[in-house]
Amino acid sequence: MSINQSFLVLLISAAVLNGTPLLFGTVGEILSEKAGNLNLGVEGMMYMGGALGLGAAFYYEQAAGGSANGIVAVVLAILFAFLAGAFGALIYAFLTISLRANQNVTGLALAIFGTGAGQFIGEYMRVSAGGYVAISNALKDVFANSPFPAALRGLPVVGPLIFGYNIFVYVGVIIAVAMAWFLTRSRAGLHLRSVGESPATADAAGINITRYKYLATVIGGGISAIGGMVYIMTIAGCVWNHEGLSGEGWLAVALVIFCLWRPLNAIWGSVLFGALMILYMRLQLPFIPSQLYKILPYVVTVIVLVAVSMRKKRENQPPASLGNAYFREDR
Amino acid sequence: MHEANTPLIRLAKRDGMSRGKMWAIRAAAFVVAILIGAVVFLLIGNNPISAYGTILTGSLGKKTAIRQTVRIAIPLLGTALAIAPCFKMKFWNIGAEGQITAGAVGAAYFALFWADKLPGPVLLVVMAIAGALFGGIWALIPAFFKTRWGTNETLFTLMMNYIAIGIVNWLQGGPWEGRPGSQIIPQYDSAAVLPKVLGVHCGWIIVLALTVLMYFYMKYTKQGYEIAVVGESENTARYAGMNVGRIVMRTMFLSGAISGLVGFIVSSGADNTLHSGVAAGVGFTAITVAWLAQLNPFAMVGISALLAVLEKGADTLQTQMQVPASISDIITGVVLFCMLGCEFFINYRVILRGHHKEVTGA
Repeated sequence: MSINQSFLVLLISAAVLNGTPLLFGTVGEILSEKAGNLNLGVEGMMYMGGALGLGAAFYYEQAAGGSANGIVAVVLAILFAFLAGAFGALIYAFLTISLRANQNVTGLALAIFGTGAGQFIGEYMRVSAGGYVAISNALKDVFANSPFPAALRGLPVVGPLIFGYNIFVYVGVIIAVAMAWFLTRSRAGLHLRSVGESPATADAAGINITRYKYLATVIGGGISAIGGMVYIMTIAGCVWNHEGLSGEGWLAVALVIFCLWRPLNAIWGSVLFGALMILYMRLQLPFIPSQLYKILPYVVTVIVLVAVSMRKKRENQPPASLGNAYFREDR
Repeated sequence: MHEANTPLIRLAKRDGMSRGKMWAIRAAAFVVAILIGAVVFLLIGNNPISAYGTILTGSLGKKTAIRQTVRIAIPLLGTALAIAPCFKMKFWNIGAEGQITAGAVGAAYFALFWADKLPGPVLLVVMAIAGALFGGIWALIPAFFKTRWGTNETLFTLMMNYIAIGIVNWLQGGPWEGRPGSQIIPQYDSAAVLPKVLGVHCGWIIVLALTVLMYFYMKYTKQGYEIAVVGESENTARYAGMNVGRIVMRTMFLSGAISGLVGFIVSSGADNTLHSGVAAGVGFTAITVAWLAQLNPFAMVGISALLAVLEKGADTLQTQMQVPASISDIITGVVLFCMLGCEFFINYRVILRGHHKEVTGA
């Protein structure tokens, strides 16, 4: 048995694959929360992204026939998933930022609306395509397989662990690193964080609160929704089923807390959560029933949440104005 | 005032809008939502009038249909009542889903293992108490951490949902599994099933009684007053000598207990067993019910009935017109968006440039 088939290598690469949808969901939600908008509609946006992303790839292949180009399909899927999430987030942003509606309730309404819309679109495509929506195996491979040549993928250990993933893993890591740079190193990122910490102060400093909040929420929602598409196109095997995303979005909300609102932490955090999600299939411990593995991500998130609130280190706290609407004359 | 420096649109808080005008705005928002829903029906090639007609006849047209609609409304109303005191206190408890599930676990324990040891009515009472206790304790955990260390309650209660559901999954496949390998907990003994009144399990009587009780609790009791003060300003409450921590924990226990009772009602009355989908999203939908009702228990009756009509009607729509039943979630979402948005026009006044004279005169 080669080292690339060893238990640990297989476990890590499976964990990365399962964590990637979470990585997108989490990084998008971090952007939104850093601007003070707790958008609980991640699950809904990811559903919409999943349905529209799959639809984009499917209808593109229908239109292009045999000459369908894999790269174009991937780009279209990303684009439409992003637009779906951005649309959902725009509704949320309009209600909470312009109309000052309660963020918790609006987010939950978006979760209900988005899961319904995603299911509806998925189901509607399934029926109108006559049975089931499926793309060709050639196109599926572009979504699910590594973009690197076989020579690199075959290297011992680093082959599967660095070059062996589908393209979305690399896109996700790039987005997370770019987000970390943006939030901590750029002027716009500093402004954005100040909007999330103390909008009144930011307002007094001449920062356009409304613009930052809108952009952060809408772009963040779009990024989150890409995660839904990645889930459908890689883990769920490019078909729409009734299970849909089975709670990925809520797990992403948990991961935001677990990684303390830092995109770089989200990279390893998503791998850890991905591992916890699949561990029950690969590692049987005599004392822990396999069904209880599935609650581990939530349990560790609670522990982190409590530990952070106990230690009261300022840089680890949630953004101070998280969940509050801002009205200038309220001061 | 320099006209050039005035922004095109300004906002001002508004208070003292007449009740009639407030409800007129809300009714208008509802009509807008229905119209948007009609556009969705048109887009997918259905006649909106016959689609809405099917929703109404499918949910209210026959006696059996009405019964099913009521069964959907019961947990929604009960859980909305549970959430009301928390939200009044500005404690964002979004963990009703888990509190329902925890309550159902408590009730299921007695239904499964004490059915032959206790006489019928006593068993049901014990199950109800166990459900309320389990739900209450499940809610007390985040409340304790919130008062002691200020742990964010929104995120904590959200996580507790999935932990509760995961535990039921484990019970289903492990210790409480019926036939080995079935992943299903056996059906309750008939003694552990809520009796029917007028064709629907008597949970509807319980939640209607709770509606009245909650109205009086929030409006006329000392505890209800304390909740309102803490919600308005914690500092005021502290200055007035109230023990804010105690009030928060007591209210959360009460809220969780009512959710737990709902868990008992659903598992005993509707499902006759325990499964991980016992809450089925009710915990989340009920939050929107409570909020749209302005935390008024009597308004919650109407709104939970409305959402139940949509859900049951969409089922009929699927069987009769081949429209996917998830259309009900879309319409529910649109109704929620419109109703949430319209509150803005009740609370704020939009002032256009050049109209400020009228404002100062008003």
